[in-house]
Amino acid sequence: MPIEQISIFIENRKGRLADVTRLLASSGINISALSIADTADFGILRLIVNDPDKAIKILKAHDYTVSRTNVIAIAVEDKPGGLADVLEILESYNIDVEYMYAFVGGNSQKALVIMRLSDTDKALSILRGKAVILLTPQEAYENKYEPNKHT
Amino acid sequence: MGYWNREFECMTEENLIKVQEEKLRDMVKRVYFAVPFYNNKMKELGIVPEDITGIDDLSKLPFTYKQDLRDNYPFGMFAVPMTDIVRIHATSGTTGKQTVVGYTKKDLDTWAEVMARTLTCAGADKNSFIHIAYGYGLFTGGLGVHYGAEKIGATVIPVSGGNTSRQLQIMRDFGSTILACTPSYAMYLSEEMENSGIKKSDLKLKAGVFGAEPWSESMRSEIEERLGIIALDIYGLSEIIGPGVASECECKCGLHIASDHFIPEIIDPDTQKALPPGSIGELVFTTVSKEGLPLLRYRTRDISSLDYRRCDCGRTSVRMSKVLGRTDDMIIIRGVNVFPSQIESVLLGFGDTTPNYIMIIERKDNLDILEVDVEMTQELFSDQVREIEDIENRIRREIMNVLGINATVKLVEPRSIARSEGKAKRVIDKRNI
Repeated sequence: MPIEQISIFIENRKGRLADVTRLLASSGINISALSIADTADFGILRLIVNDPDKAIKILKAHDYTVSRTNVIAIAVEDKPGGLADVLEILESYNIDVEYMYAFVGGNSQKALVIMRLSDTDKALSILRGKAVILLTPQEAYENKYEPNKHT
Repeated sequence: MGYWNREFECMTEENLIKVQEEKLRDMVKRVYFAVPFYNNKMKELGIVPEDITGIDDLSKLPFTYKQDLRDNYPFGMFAVPMTDIVRIHATSGTTGKQTVVGYTKKDLDTWAEVMARTLTCAGADKNSFIHIAYGYGLFTGGLGVHYGAEKIGATVIPVSGGNTSRQLQIMRDFGSTILACTPSYAMYLSEEMENSGIKKSDLKLKAGVFGAEPWSESMRSEIEERLGIIALDIYGLSEIIGPGVASECECKCGLHIASDHFIPEIIDPDTQKALPPGSIGELVFTTVSKEGLPLLRYRTRDISSLDYRRCDCGRTSVRMSKVLGRTDDMIIIRGVNVFPSQIESVLLGFGDTTPNYIMIIERKDNLDILEVDVEMTQELFSDQVREIEDIENRIRREIMNVLGINATVKLVEPRSIARSEGKAKRVIDKRNI
Protein backbone atom coordinates (compact mmCIF):
# COMPACT_ATOMS: atom_id res chain seq x y z
CA MET A 1 0.00 0.00 0.00
CA PRO A 2 1.30 3.42 -0.87
CA ILE A 3 1.79 6.04 1.80
CA GLU A 4 -0.16 9.26 1.69
CA GLN A 5 1.98 12.33 1.81
CA ILE A 6 0.38 15.75 2.16
CA SER A 7 1.76 18.75 0.27
CA ILE A 8 1.09 22.34 1.26
CA PHE A 9 1.65 25.48 -0.77
CA ILE A 10 3.40 28.14 1.24
CA GLU A 11 4.76 31.48 0.21
CA ASN A 12 8.38 32.18 0.89
CA ARG A 13 7.58 34.59 3.70
CA LYS A 14 8.76 34.95 7.21
CA GLY A 15 6.92 32.81 9.71
CA ARG A 16 4.85 30.73 7.30
CA LEU A 17 6.53 27.45 8.14
CA ALA A 18 6.11 28.11 11.84
CA ASP A 19 2.42 28.91 11.27
CA VAL A 20 1.73 25.60 9.54
CA THR A 21 3.61 23.46 12.01
CA ARG A 22 2.05 25.28 14.98
CA LEU A 23 -1.41 24.76 13.52
CA LEU A 24 -0.80 21.04 13.11
CA ALA A 25 0.73 20.72 16.56
CA SER A 26 -2.22 22.40 18.22
CA SER A 27 -4.49 19.77 16.67
CA GLY A 28 -2.35 16.93 17.90
CA ILE A 29 -0.87 16.09 14.51
CA ASN A 30 2.62 14.67 14.66
CA ILE A 31 5.00 15.05 11.74
CA SER A 32 7.13 12.01 11.13
CA ALA A 33 8.91 13.16 7.99
CA LEU A 34 9.15 16.37 6.03
CA SER A 35 10.88 18.13 3.19
CA ILE A 36 10.57 21.46 1.47
CA ALA A 37 11.01 22.18 -2.20
CA ASP A 38 11.45 25.89 -2.59
CA THR A 39 12.00 28.68 -5.08
CA ALA A 40 12.60 32.35 -4.44
CA ASP A 41 8.86 32.99 -4.13
CA PHE A 42 7.19 29.88 -2.84
CA GLY A 43 7.76 26.50 -1.32
CA ILE A 44 6.00 23.16 -1.24
CA LEU A 45 6.01 21.62 2.18
CA ARG A 46 5.71 17.84 2.03
CA LEU A 47 4.74 15.99 5.16
CA ILE A 48 4.15 12.51 6.40
CA VAL A 49 1.90 12.79 9.43
CA ASN A 50 0.19 10.45 11.85
CA ASP A 51 -3.30 11.33 10.57
CA PRO A 52 -3.31 12.62 6.96
CA ASP A 53 -7.12 12.97 6.72
CA LYS A 54 -7.38 15.07 9.83
CA ALA A 55 -4.35 17.18 8.86
CA ILE A 56 -5.84 17.95 5.43
CA LYS A 57 -9.17 18.90 6.99
CA ILE A 58 -7.56 21.30 9.42
CA LEU A 59 -5.28 22.86 6.82
CA LYS A 60 -8.13 23.39 4.35
CA ALA A 61 -10.24 24.95 7.06
CA HIS A 62 -7.44 27.47 7.47
CA ASP A 63 -7.34 28.28 3.74
CA TYR A 64 -4.20 26.38 2.88
CA THR A 65 -3.91 24.74 -0.51
CA VAL A 66 -3.24 21.09 0.19
CA SER A 67 -2.89 18.00 -1.94
CA ARG A 68 -2.45 14.32 -1.30
CA THR A 69 0.30 12.38 -3.05
CA ASN A 70 1.13 8.71 -2.97
CA VAL A 71 4.72 7.95 -2.06
CA ILE A 72 6.66 4.95 -0.86
CA ALA A 73 8.94 4.65 2.15
CA ILE A 74 11.86 2.28 2.19
CA ALA A 75 14.41 1.24 4.76
CA VAL A 76 17.91 0.79 3.37
CA GLU A 77 21.08 -0.44 4.96
CA ASP A 78 22.98 2.42 6.55
CA LYS A 79 26.14 1.71 4.55
CA PRO A 80 27.67 2.86 1.25
CA GLY A 81 25.61 1.69 -1.71
CA GLY A 82 22.47 0.96 0.28
CA LEU A 83 20.39 3.52 -1.61
CA ALA A 84 22.11 3.00 -4.95
CA ASP A 85 20.93 -0.61 -5.04
CA VAL A 86 17.31 0.45 -4.81
CA LEU A 87 17.69 3.26 -7.34
CA GLU A 88 19.29 0.88 -9.82
CA ILE A 89 16.32 -1.45 -9.58
CA LEU A 90 13.89 1.42 -10.22
CA GLU A 91 15.98 2.65 -13.13
CA SER A 92 16.08 -0.78 -14.71
CA TYR A 93 12.27 -0.76 -14.76
CA ASN A 94 12.11 2.76 -16.14
CA ILE A 95 10.60 4.23 -13.02
CA ASP A 96 11.63 7.83 -12.43
CA VAL A 97 12.23 9.37 -9.05
CA GLU A 98 10.40 12.72 -8.97
CA TYR A 99 11.92 13.56 -5.61
CA MET A 100 12.96 11.88 -2.41
CA TYR A 101 14.00 12.70 1.10
CA ALA A 102 15.40 10.86 4.06
CA PHE A 103 14.08 10.89 7.57
CA VAL A 104 14.98 9.54 10.96
CA GLY A 105 12.76 6.91 12.43
CA GLY A 106 12.45 4.23 15.04
CA ASN A 107 15.64 2.88 16.59
CA SER A 108 17.02 0.77 13.80
CA GLN A 109 20.30 0.82 11.96
CA LYS A 110 18.46 1.57 8.72
CA ALA A 111 18.14 4.79 6.79
CA LEU A 112 14.55 5.62 5.96
CA VAL A 113 13.74 7.25 2.62
CA ILE A 114 10.51 8.66 1.16
CA MET A 115 10.25 8.47 -2.63
CA ARG A 116 7.84 10.02 -5.04
CA LEU A 117 7.94 7.92 -8.21
CA SER A 118 6.56 8.16 -11.70
CA ASP A 119 4.59 4.94 -11.10
CA THR A 120 4.01 4.14 -7.47
CA ASP A 121 1.99 0.93 -7.89
CA LYS A 122 4.42 -0.59 -10.34
CA ALA A 123 7.33 0.31 -8.05
CA LEU A 124 5.64 -1.27 -5.07
CA SER A 125 5.11 -4.58 -6.77
CA ILE A 126 8.63 -4.67 -8.17
CA LEU A 127 10.34 -3.72 -4.93
CA ARG A 128 8.33 -6.28 -2.99
CA GLY A 129 9.86 -9.00 -5.07
CA LYS A 130 13.39 -7.62 -4.64
CA ALA A 131 13.85 -7.91 -0.91
CA VAL A 132 13.65 -4.17 -0.45
CA ILE A 133 12.18 -3.19 2.88
CA LEU A 134 8.99 -1.20 2.33
CA LEU A 135 7.45 0.56 5.27
CA THR A 136 3.73 0.13 5.80
CA PRO A 137 1.64 3.30 5.85
CA GLN A 138 1.09 2.85 9.55
CA GLU A 139 4.82 2.61 10.20
CA ALA A 140 5.44 5.74 8.23
CA TYR A 141 2.59 7.74 9.78
CA GLU A 142 3.50 6.72 13.30
CA ASN A 143 7.22 6.80 12.62
CA LYS A 144 7.55 3.38 14.20
CA TYR A 145 9.68 1.30 11.92
CA GLU A 146 9.92 -2.13 13.48
CA PRO A 147 12.79 -4.13 11.95
CA ASN A 148 11.57 -7.45 13.36
CA LYS A 149 8.43 -7.35 11.26
CA HIS A 150 10.40 -7.10 8.04
CA THR A 151 12.32 -10.30 7.89
CA MET B 1 6.64 79.36 -32.14
CA GLY B 2 4.39 79.39 -35.18
CA TYR B 3 1.05 77.87 -36.03
CA TRP B 4 0.41 75.10 -38.49
CA ASN B 5 -3.03 76.32 -39.48
CA ARG B 6 -3.56 79.88 -38.25
CA GLU B 7 -7.01 80.09 -39.80
CA PHE B 8 -8.47 77.30 -37.70
CA GLU B 9 -6.23 77.45 -34.65
CA CYS B 10 -6.84 81.18 -34.12
CA MET B 11 -10.39 81.38 -35.41
CA THR B 12 -12.90 83.60 -33.61
CA GLU B 13 -15.34 81.77 -31.38
CA GLU B 14 -18.22 82.84 -33.58
CA ASN B 15 -16.65 81.44 -36.74
CA LEU B 16 -15.53 78.26 -35.02
CA ILE B 17 -19.07 77.54 -33.87
CA LYS B 18 -20.28 78.07 -37.44
CA VAL B 19 -17.75 75.53 -38.69
CA GLN B 20 -18.64 73.07 -35.92
CA GLU B 21 -22.37 73.39 -36.47
CA GLU B 22 -22.15 72.90 -40.20
CA LYS B 23 -20.01 69.80 -39.74
CA LEU B 24 -22.22 68.50 -36.94
CA ARG B 25 -25.39 68.69 -39.05
CA ASP B 26 -23.64 66.86 -41.86
CA MET B 27 -22.21 64.21 -39.53
CA VAL B 28 -25.53 63.49 -37.82
CA LYS B 29 -27.10 62.87 -41.22
CA ARG B 30 -24.29 60.55 -42.21
CA VAL B 31 -24.45 58.40 -39.07
CA TYR B 32 -28.26 58.35 -39.09
CA PHE B 33 -28.43 56.91 -42.58
CA ALA B 34 -25.25 54.82 -42.67
CA VAL B 35 -24.82 53.34 -39.19
CA PRO B 36 -27.66 51.09 -38.02
CA PHE B 37 -26.46 51.46 -34.43
CA TYR B 38 -27.01 55.24 -34.50
CA ASN B 39 -30.20 54.96 -36.52
CA ASN B 40 -31.69 52.78 -33.79
CA LYS B 41 -30.35 54.95 -30.99
CA MET B 42 -31.80 58.12 -32.48
CA LYS B 43 -35.11 56.47 -33.18
CA GLU B 44 -35.26 55.30 -29.57
CA LEU B 45 -34.68 58.87 -28.46
CA GLY B 46 -37.29 60.10 -30.94
CA ILE B 47 -34.94 62.38 -32.84
CA VAL B 48 -34.23 62.85 -36.53
CA PRO B 49 -31.22 64.61 -38.09
CA GLU B 50 -33.27 67.77 -38.66
CA ASP B 51 -33.62 68.20 -34.89
CA ILE B 52 -29.91 68.88 -34.65
CA THR B 53 -29.25 72.38 -35.91
CA GLY B 54 -26.60 73.77 -33.60
CA ILE B 55 -24.07 73.11 -30.83
CA ASP B 56 -26.77 73.50 -28.20
CA ASP B 57 -28.50 70.44 -29.62
CA LEU B 58 -25.48 68.23 -28.85
CA SER B 59 -27.05 67.18 -25.56
CA LYS B 60 -29.98 65.64 -27.45
CA LEU B 61 -27.66 63.13 -29.09
CA PRO B 62 -26.95 59.68 -27.67
CA PHE B 63 -23.63 58.79 -26.05
CA THR B 64 -21.26 56.24 -27.52
CA TYR B 65 -19.37 53.87 -25.25
CA LYS B 66 -16.35 51.65 -25.80
CA GLN B 67 -18.74 48.77 -25.23
CA ASP B 68 -20.70 49.83 -28.32
CA LEU B 69 -17.58 49.45 -30.44
CA ARG B 70 -17.06 46.03 -28.97
CA ASP B 71 -20.66 44.98 -29.54
CA ASN B 72 -20.25 45.97 -33.17
CA TYR B 73 -16.85 44.34 -33.54
CA PRO B 74 -15.03 44.61 -35.84
CA PHE B 75 -16.46 46.99 -38.45
CA GLY B 76 -20.13 47.37 -37.48
CA MET B 77 -19.87 51.05 -36.53
CA PHE B 78 -18.13 52.12 -39.75
CA ALA B 79 -20.13 54.69 -41.71
CA VAL B 80 -18.64 54.00 -45.14
CA PRO B 81 -18.24 50.86 -47.25
CA MET B 82 -14.99 48.98 -46.64
CA THR B 83 -13.78 49.99 -50.11
CA ASP B 84 -13.41 53.50 -48.73
CA ILE B 85 -11.54 52.39 -45.63
CA VAL B 86 -7.82 52.65 -46.27
CA ARG B 87 -6.42 51.97 -42.80
CA ILE B 88 -7.30 49.98 -39.70
CA HIS B 89 -5.92 50.51 -36.22
CA ALA B 90 -6.87 48.73 -33.03
CA THR B 91 -6.33 48.81 -29.32
CA SER B 92 -6.79 46.01 -26.88
CA GLY B 93 -10.32 45.98 -25.52
CA THR B 94 -11.56 45.45 -22.00
CA THR B 95 -11.89 41.69 -22.18
CA GLY B 96 -9.51 40.69 -24.89
CA LYS B 97 -11.55 41.81 -27.89
CA GLN B 98 -9.89 44.62 -29.77
CA THR B 99 -11.42 48.03 -30.28
CA VAL B 100 -11.14 48.52 -34.03
CA VAL B 101 -11.05 51.87 -35.80
CA GLY B 102 -11.10 52.59 -39.55
CA TYR B 103 -9.94 55.57 -41.56
CA THR B 104 -10.83 56.85 -45.01
CA LYS B 105 -8.28 58.74 -47.09
CA LYS B 106 -9.79 61.98 -45.85
CA ASP B 107 -9.61 60.77 -42.23
CA LEU B 108 -5.89 60.15 -42.67
CA ASP B 109 -5.57 63.71 -44.01
CA THR B 110 -7.47 65.05 -40.99
CA TRP B 111 -5.23 63.02 -38.71
CA ALA B 112 -2.05 64.27 -40.37
CA GLU B 113 -3.45 67.81 -40.16
CA VAL B 114 -4.15 67.71 -36.41
CA MET B 115 -0.87 65.94 -35.75
CA ALA B 116 0.94 68.61 -37.77
CA ARG B 117 -0.65 71.19 -35.47
CA THR B 118 0.56 69.25 -32.44
CA LEU B 119 4.12 69.03 -33.72
CA THR B 120 4.12 72.69 -34.71
CA CYS B 121 3.09 73.51 -31.14
CA ALA B 122 6.40 71.94 -30.14
CA GLY B 123 8.27 74.08 -32.66
CA ALA B 124 8.53 71.56 -35.49
CA ASP B 125 8.97 72.75 -39.08
CA LYS B 126 10.36 71.33 -42.29
CA ASN B 127 13.89 71.61 -40.95
CA SER B 128 13.14 69.39 -37.98
CA PHE B 129 14.34 65.83 -37.50
CA ILE B 130 11.43 64.09 -35.86
CA HIS B 131 12.44 61.00 -33.97
CA ILE B 132 9.44 58.73 -33.48
CA ALA B 133 9.94 56.19 -30.71
CA TYR B 134 6.25 55.33 -30.37
CA GLY B 135 5.46 51.82 -31.48
CA TYR B 136 4.40 51.36 -35.10
CA GLY B 137 1.62 48.95 -35.97
CA LEU B 138 -1.98 48.65 -34.87
CA PHE B 139 -1.23 51.13 -32.07
CA THR B 140 -1.96 54.64 -33.37
CA GLY B 141 1.08 56.28 -31.75
CA GLY B 142 3.80 55.58 -34.30
CA LEU B 143 1.96 56.01 -37.59
CA GLY B 144 -0.13 58.89 -36.23
CA VAL B 145 2.88 61.04 -35.43
CA HIS B 146 4.59 59.83 -38.59
CA TYR B 147 2.01 61.21 -41.03
CA GLY B 148 1.81 64.53 -39.20
CA ALA B 149 5.58 64.89 -39.34
CA GLU B 150 5.61 64.08 -43.06
CA LYS B 151 2.86 66.60 -43.70
CA ILE B 152 5.01 69.30 -42.13
CA GLY B 153 7.81 68.22 -44.44
CA ALA B 154 10.13 67.43 -41.56
CA THR B 155 12.69 64.64 -41.78
CA VAL B 156 11.01 61.64 -40.19
CA ILE B 157 13.07 59.07 -38.30
CA PRO B 158 10.66 56.16 -37.73
CA VAL B 159 12.66 54.28 -35.08
CA SER B 160 9.61 52.77 -33.36
CA GLY B 161 9.95 51.46 -29.80
CA GLY B 162 12.71 49.57 -28.04
CA ASN B 163 16.47 49.10 -28.40
CA THR B 164 17.42 52.07 -26.29
CA SER B 165 21.13 52.19 -27.09
CA ARG B 166 20.33 52.28 -30.80
CA GLN B 167 17.75 55.02 -30.18
CA LEU B 168 20.42 57.14 -28.48
CA GLN B 169 22.99 56.50 -31.17
CA ILE B 170 20.53 57.51 -33.88
CA MET B 171 19.50 60.55 -31.89
CA ARG B 172 23.11 61.68 -31.69
CA ASP B 173 24.31 60.67 -35.17
CA PHE B 174 21.22 61.78 -37.15
CA GLY B 175 20.71 64.92 -35.10
CA SER B 176 17.10 64.33 -33.97
CA THR B 177 15.53 67.61 -32.90
CA ILE B 178 12.09 66.48 -31.77
CA LEU B 179 11.38 63.33 -29.82
CA ALA B 180 7.98 61.63 -29.77
CA CYS B 181 7.40 58.83 -27.26
CA THR B 182 5.75 58.10 -23.91
CA PRO B 183 6.98 60.31 -21.06
CA SER B 184 8.27 57.31 -19.13
CA TYR B 185 10.32 56.20 -22.11
CA ALA B 186 11.74 59.73 -22.43
CA MET B 187 12.84 59.48 -18.80
CA TYR B 188 14.34 56.08 -19.45
CA LEU B 189 16.23 57.35 -22.50
CA SER B 190 17.62 60.25 -20.49
CA GLU B 191 18.93 57.89 -17.83
CA GLU B 192 20.43 55.47 -20.30
CA MET B 193 22.13 58.44 -21.92
CA GLU B 194 24.26 58.88 -18.83
CA ASN B 195 25.12 55.18 -18.83
CA SER B 196 26.19 55.16 -22.45
CA GLY B 197 28.29 58.29 -22.06
CA ILE B 198 26.18 60.52 -24.30
CA LYS B 199 25.91 64.08 -23.00
CA LYS B 200 22.97 66.30 -23.70
CA SER B 201 25.37 68.64 -25.52
CA ASP B 202 26.00 65.79 -28.01
CA LEU B 203 22.32 65.95 -28.98
CA LYS B 204 20.38 68.50 -30.98
CA LEU B 205 17.08 67.78 -29.28
CA LYS B 206 14.92 70.85 -28.77
CA ALA B 207 11.52 69.51 -27.83
CA GLY B 208 9.57 66.41 -27.04
CA VAL B 209 5.91 65.53 -27.52
CA PHE B 210 4.98 62.96 -24.92
CA GLY B 211 1.67 61.23 -24.47
CA ALA B 212 -0.29 57.99 -24.18
CA GLU B 213 0.06 57.90 -20.40
CA PRO B 214 -0.31 60.29 -17.45
CA TRP B 215 2.72 62.12 -16.11
CA SER B 216 3.43 64.78 -13.55
CA GLU B 217 4.93 68.27 -13.57
CA SER B 218 7.95 67.03 -11.64
CA MET B 219 8.54 64.39 -14.30
CA ARG B 220 8.30 67.12 -16.91
CA SER B 221 10.95 69.27 -15.21
CA GLU B 222 13.22 66.28 -14.87
CA ILE B 223 12.92 65.30 -18.54
CA GLU B 224 13.45 68.92 -19.60
CA GLU B 225 16.53 69.24 -17.42
CA ARG B 226 18.11 65.94 -18.39
CA LEU B 227 17.51 66.23 -22.13
CA GLY B 228 17.74 70.00 -22.35
CA ILE B 229 14.39 70.31 -24.12
CA ILE B 230 10.89 71.67 -23.77
CA ALA B 231 8.59 68.75 -22.96
CA LEU B 232 4.94 68.95 -24.01
CA ASP B 233 1.96 66.80 -23.15
CA ILE B 234 -0.09 65.51 -26.05
CA TYR B 235 -3.45 63.75 -25.94
CA GLY B 236 -5.26 61.38 -28.21
CA LEU B 237 -7.14 58.13 -28.34
CA SER B 238 -7.68 55.88 -31.29
CA GLU B 239 -11.48 56.03 -31.08
CA ILE B 240 -11.32 59.79 -31.71
CA ILE B 241 -8.42 59.63 -34.20
CA GLY B 242 -5.17 58.81 -32.35
CA PRO B 243 -2.50 61.29 -31.24
CA GLY B 244 -3.30 64.84 -32.34
CA VAL B 245 -6.64 65.32 -30.58
CA ALA B 246 -5.08 67.90 -28.28
CA SER B 247 -1.65 69.22 -27.40
CA GLU B 248 0.08 71.72 -25.20
CA CYS B 249 1.73 74.79 -26.65
CA GLU B 250 4.84 76.44 -25.21
CA CYS B 251 2.65 78.09 -22.52
CA LYS B 252 2.04 74.67 -20.94
CA CYS B 253 -1.34 75.74 -19.64
CA GLY B 254 -3.63 73.03 -20.89
CA LEU B 255 -3.88 71.12 -24.15
CA HIS B 256 -5.36 72.85 -27.20
CA ILE B 257 -8.09 70.68 -28.67
CA ALA B 258 -8.50 70.60 -32.43
CA SER B 259 -12.10 71.55 -31.80
CA ASP B 260 -12.96 72.20 -35.44
CA HIS B 261 -12.69 68.40 -35.79
CA PHE B 262 -13.52 67.11 -32.31
CA ILE B 263 -16.18 68.92 -30.30
CA PRO B 264 -15.48 68.42 -26.60
CA GLU B 265 -17.93 68.42 -23.71
CA ILE B 266 -17.42 67.83 -20.01
CA ILE B 267 -20.22 65.84 -18.41
CA ASP B 268 -21.04 64.57 -14.98
CA PRO B 269 -20.51 60.82 -15.39
CA ASP B 270 -23.29 60.08 -12.90
CA THR B 271 -26.06 62.39 -14.06
CA GLN B 272 -24.75 62.37 -17.67
CA LYS B 273 -25.53 66.10 -17.88
CA ALA B 274 -23.15 68.54 -19.54
CA LEU B 275 -21.29 70.70 -17.02
CA PRO B 276 -20.47 74.43 -17.31
CA PRO B 277 -17.00 75.52 -18.52
CA GLY B 278 -14.26 74.96 -15.97
CA SER B 279 -16.02 72.05 -14.21
CA ILE B 280 -14.18 68.81 -13.70
CA GLY B 281 -15.90 65.81 -15.24
CA GLU B 282 -15.71 63.20 -17.98
CA LEU B 283 -14.40 64.29 -21.33
CA VAL B 284 -16.72 63.51 -24.25
CA PHE B 285 -15.98 64.02 -27.95
CA THR B 286 -18.10 64.22 -31.07
CA THR B 287 -15.90 63.61 -34.10
CA VAL B 288 -17.57 65.86 -36.64
CA SER B 289 -15.00 65.49 -39.45
CA LYS B 290 -14.51 61.76 -39.31
CA GLU B 291 -15.88 59.64 -42.20
CA GLY B 292 -14.80 56.08 -41.42
CA LEU B 293 -15.82 55.92 -37.80
CA PRO B 294 -17.74 59.06 -36.82
CA LEU B 295 -18.71 58.91 -33.16
CA LEU B 296 -21.41 60.88 -31.39
CA ARG B 297 -20.51 61.99 -27.87
CA TYR B 298 -17.88 59.34 -27.24
CA ARG B 299 -17.31 58.74 -23.54
CA THR B 300 -13.52 58.81 -23.12
CA ARG B 301 -13.70 57.91 -19.39
CA ASP B 302 -10.89 60.45 -18.94
CA ILE B 303 -11.46 63.06 -16.26
CA SER B 304 -10.50 66.59 -17.26
CA SER B 305 -11.86 70.13 -17.45
CA LEU B 306 -12.21 72.63 -20.30
CA ASP B 307 -10.83 76.17 -20.39
CA TYR B 308 -12.35 78.42 -23.06
CA ARG B 309 -10.25 81.48 -22.23
CA ARG B 310 -7.80 82.71 -24.80
CA CYS B 311 -4.26 81.34 -24.46
CA ASP B 312 -1.17 83.58 -24.50
CA CYS B 313 0.10 81.71 -27.56
CA GLY B 314 -2.68 83.28 -29.61
CA ARG B 315 -4.61 80.10 -30.30
CA THR B 316 -8.29 80.45 -29.58
CA SER B 317 -9.07 76.75 -29.37
CA VAL B 318 -10.47 75.38 -26.13
CA ARG B 319 -7.94 73.76 -23.82
CA MET B 320 -8.39 70.61 -21.76
CA SER B 321 -6.51 70.16 -18.50
CA LYS B 322 -4.05 67.31 -18.14
CA VAL B 323 -6.04 64.13 -17.64
CA LEU B 324 -6.74 63.89 -13.91
CA GLY B 325 -7.91 60.31 -13.74
CA ARG B 326 -10.41 57.79 -15.04
CA THR B 327 -14.06 57.11 -14.40
CA ASP B 328 -13.46 53.39 -14.90
CA ASP B 329 -10.78 51.01 -13.71
CA MET B 330 -8.51 51.39 -16.73
CA ILE B 331 -4.84 51.81 -15.99
CA ILE B 332 -2.07 52.67 -18.39
CA ILE B 333 1.06 50.56 -18.26
CA ARG B 334 3.91 51.48 -20.61
CA GLY B 335 1.43 53.36 -22.75
CA VAL B 336 -0.84 50.32 -23.04
CA ASN B 337 -4.44 50.59 -21.82
CA VAL B 338 -5.11 47.80 -19.37
CA PHE B 339 -8.32 46.75 -17.67
CA PRO B 340 -8.32 44.33 -14.74
CA SER B 341 -11.03 42.38 -16.59
CA GLN B 342 -8.40 41.43 -19.17
CA ILE B 343 -6.35 39.68 -16.51
CA GLU B 344 -9.56 38.03 -15.38
CA SER B 345 -10.24 36.73 -18.87
CA VAL B 346 -6.76 35.20 -18.94
CA LEU B 347 -7.25 33.49 -15.58
CA LEU B 348 -10.64 32.13 -16.69
CA GLY B 349 -8.70 29.71 -18.82
CA PHE B 350 -7.07 28.18 -15.75
CA GLY B 351 -9.70 26.07 -14.03
CA ASP B 352 -13.39 26.25 -13.26
CA THR B 353 -13.15 28.93 -10.63
CA THR B 354 -11.31 32.12 -11.48
CA PRO B 355 -8.57 32.55 -8.93
CA ASN B 356 -8.42 35.78 -6.98
CA TYR B 357 -5.69 38.11 -8.25
CA ILE B 358 -4.17 41.54 -7.85
CA MET B 359 -2.13 43.69 -10.21
CA ILE B 360 0.78 45.57 -8.69
CA ILE B 361 2.28 48.29 -10.82
CA GLU B 362 5.57 49.90 -9.98
CA ARG B 363 7.95 52.15 -11.78
CA LYS B 364 11.55 50.99 -11.62
CA ASP B 365 14.24 52.92 -13.49
CA ASN B 366 11.40 54.78 -15.17
CA LEU B 367 9.87 51.66 -16.66
CA ASP B 368 6.52 50.36 -15.55
CA ILE B 369 6.67 46.91 -14.03
CA LEU B 370 3.53 44.81 -13.78
CA GLU B 371 3.33 42.02 -11.27
CA VAL B 372 0.25 39.84 -11.14
CA ASP B 373 -0.25 37.90 -7.93
CA VAL B 374 -2.66 35.00 -8.29
CA GLU B 375 -3.99 33.08 -5.34
CA MET B 376 -3.21 29.39 -5.52
CA THR B 377 -6.25 27.20 -5.92
CA GLN B 378 -6.73 23.52 -5.30
CA GLU B 379 -7.00 23.09 -9.07
CA LEU B 380 -3.74 24.85 -9.89
CA PHE B 381 -1.76 23.22 -7.13
CA SER B 382 0.73 20.49 -7.79
CA ASP B 383 3.20 19.09 -5.35
CA GLN B 384 6.00 19.66 -7.82
CA VAL B 385 7.86 22.93 -8.20
CA ARG B 386 8.32 22.74 -11.94
CA GLU B 387 4.61 22.23 -12.53
CA ILE B 388 3.77 25.31 -10.48
CA GLU B 389 6.44 27.29 -12.30
CA ASP B 390 5.00 26.02 -15.54
CA ILE B 391 1.58 27.41 -14.60
CA GLU B 392 3.16 30.76 -13.75
CA ASN B 393 4.83 30.79 -17.15
CA ARG B 394 1.61 29.89 -18.95
CA ILE B 395 -0.24 32.73 -17.23
CA ARG B 396 2.61 35.09 -18.09
CA ARG B 397 2.51 34.07 -21.76
CA GLU B 398 -1.27 34.51 -21.90
CA ILE B 399 -0.99 38.00 -20.39
CA MET B 400 1.67 38.77 -23.00
CA ASN B 401 -0.76 37.59 -25.71
CA VAL B 402 -3.66 39.67 -24.46
CA LEU B 403 -1.90 42.83 -23.25
CA GLY B 404 1.45 42.75 -25.00
CA ILE B 405 3.05 43.35 -21.62
CA ASN B 406 5.62 41.15 -19.99
CA ALA B 407 4.35 40.68 -16.46
CA THR B 408 5.83 38.93 -13.48
CA VAL B 409 3.38 36.27 -12.33
CA LYS B 410 3.49 35.04 -8.77
CA LEU B 411 1.29 32.38 -7.23
CA VAL B 412 0.48 33.30 -3.66
CA GLU B 413 -1.33 31.62 -0.80
CA PRO B 414 -5.13 31.52 -0.79
CA ARG B 415 -6.77 34.49 0.94
CA SER B 416 -3.47 36.34 1.13
CA ILE B 417 -4.74 39.11 -1.15
CA ALA B 418 -6.57 41.76 0.82
CA ARG B 419 -10.30 42.06 0.34
CA SER B 420 -12.32 45.05 1.40
CA GLU B 421 -15.99 44.53 2.21
CA GLY B 422 -15.92 41.25 0.38
CA LYS B 423 -14.99 42.92 -2.88
CA ALA B 424 -11.47 42.21 -3.98
CA LYS B 425 -9.14 45.07 -4.76
CA ARG B 426 -7.70 44.51 -8.22
CA VAL B 427 -5.00 47.11 -8.60
CA ILE B 428 -2.22 48.52 -6.45
CA ASP B 429 -0.53 51.34 -8.32
CA LYS B 430 2.68 52.26 -6.56
CA ARG B 431 3.83 54.65 -9.25
CA ASN B 432 4.23 58.25 -8.21
CA ILE B 433 3.00 60.07 -11.25
